[in-house]
Amino acid sequence: MKAIFKHELSSYLTGVTGYVFGAFVLLFAGIFSMVYNLQYGYTNFEYALSNMSFIFLIIVPVLTMRVLAEERRQKTDQLLYSLPISMVDVVMGKYLAILVVFLIPMAIISLYPLVLSQWGNVFLPASYGAIVAFYLLGASLLAIGMFVSSLTDNQAVAAGLCFVIMLLSYYLSALADFLPTTAKASYTAFAVLILIVAVIFRMMTKNTLSTLILAIVGEGALFVAYSVNSSSFEGLFASVISEVSVFDRFYEFINGVFNLTSVVYYLTVIAIFLFITVQSLEKRRWSE
Amino acid sequence: MIEVKHLTKRYGNHTAVSDLSFTIEKGQIYGFLGPNGAGKSTTMNIMTGCLAATSGEVKIGGHDIFEEAKEAKKLIGYLPELPPLYLDRTPKEYLTFVAQAKGLKKKEIAGQVEHVMEVTQITDVQSRLIRNLSKGYRQRVGIAQALLGNPEVIILDEPTVGLDPKQIVEIRDLILDLGKRHTVILSSHILSEVQAVCQTIMIIAKGKLVACDTADNLERLFAGTMVVELTVEASAEECRIILSSFCKKDRMEITSVEAGKCEVQMEVEASDPDTACRNIFFAFANAKRPILKMNMVKASLEDIFLELTAQETEDEEE
Repeated sequence: MKAIFKHELSSYLTGVTGYVFGAFVLLFAGIFSMVYNLQYGYTNFEYALSNMSFIFLIIVPVLTMRVLAEERRQKTDQLLYSLPISMVDVVMGKYLAILVVFLIPMAIISLYPLVLSQWGNVFLPASYGAIVAFYLLGASLLAIGMFVSSLTDNQAVAAGLCFVIMLLSYYLSALADFLPTTAKASYTAFAVLILIVAVIFRMMTKNTLSTLILAIVGEGALFVAYSVNSSSFEGLFASVISEVSVFDRFYEFINGVFNLTSVVYYLTVIAIFLFITVQSLEKRRWSE
Repeated sequence: MIEVKHLTKRYGNHTAVSDLSFTIEKGQIYGFLGPNGAGKSTTMNIMTGCLAATSGEVKIGGHDIFEEAKEAKKLIGYLPELPPLYLDRTPKEYLTFVAQAKGLKKKEIAGQVEHVMEVTQITDVQSRLIRNLSKGYRQRVGIAQALLGNPEVIILDEPTVGLDPKQIVEIRDLILDLGKRHTVILSSHILSEVQAVCQTIMIIAKGKLVACDTADNLERLFAGTMVVELTVEASAEECRIILSSFCKKDRMEITSVEAGKCEVQMEVEASDPDTACRNIFFAFANAKRPILKMNMVKASLEDIFLELTAQETEDEEE
């Protein structure tokens, strides 16, 4: 794992990717803290962070697109498979390298509240809480990006797909608000969701029987729940969506709430996506 | 050293490797020979843990490649068909990374990297980017990577493909040299290469092992008959009469070249070719017809290879 980590980190730092990424993050942090903190005179650094959260739409695809897709295109994944290391080592090593690359500009940003506090009354715990949350949000999105990169051998496809996923998760709760809040609408939305999951499951496993079982059990359970207590379905879909939206969780921190459940939630998202990335790499051994 | 038992790999409906079993002993150079698409690369990928088999098992030094992957993989060095190189690195950086990933001790790494670079003669290019190296050098870097950690078995998939003749000779010499210290398995679809380098040849066709023996044994086994080529000063008709006493009609072919001269090709029993030659000589001598040229032709490995792989195809068609 250490070897992979070192190798990955040095490839970010010998090439331009790491620096362009860092400069990009710092540029936007600079612009927004100038506007909010210096021009408007807010003492809350978290407002700057909150407004720059859209940069993840760009930086996550940039940072993660090549991480696994390029290995596959250059056939260097064959080396990784034949080395006496597990896929867990590979994925963890690469992910930690990405985290470090992301940590560098964040470390610089961490100085901003301190600098600002010299000239005003900055509530530091809220600022640093928001910085930690910003980092956790980024870490979860990067884990998702890495998983996307494991699906293809084409960097551009990985970047495009990753961008779409980032965009969806960014606007997820806003979109969910447009849905009607009636119990029936929620039920329909869940039913469609289960079908989508079943289709994805079928595409990944190519096993029709277990897909059918999954779909029927899912839809059946949903139907039973709906017929027992249909009133609880009112507005449920929208609230579930906003619960799972990675960005919504972040905005809580901006409002000065350091919610431990959300920290656990981010760590869970990271763990889940790292796990399925490992599975995606292992699966290639079987089907390629 | 390596045991492969009932290995099968299917891609959907296509069977790439079917029920393949063989054993690799220590300290020899083995050649995997087969036409393109015979399942050589698939077999090698499974043996090195890059690919999962549909069924069957592979054991390296007693360790199952899937159950005890780490122990098994430490015993092998693998160069896939395309050398897995990071183009934006120098050979030295690349080899250092592989050495670390193979779990070599910190103190050993620099020395080992230096050593494999010497063995593969890439010391001169160690600090140029791999991107800028020629194909022959890239292949060497790939082999150097396989040698790190001093594994007992080196597996090379088509190590000379795409190289120029001089590079091919150099890589072959390198492989022969490696064969002194390691067990080497290499695959190729070029017969002369396998013949020149390997002690044991395994011929694979359509995912099945059709023969496994030394080059000499394979020749002996399949050279049940030999061919004697003659040029005699006689007409075709005279030849037929002279030879008919000891050779059946369907085993000879007579073609007249020019007036009063003809060429004869006849099959004789390989067990005793000298007697056949003696008979031919005296028969023509008694008939006062001079033999101008006489030549014995052994069935070459090439013929055996073609015969074996063709048989397999015919079976399939039936």
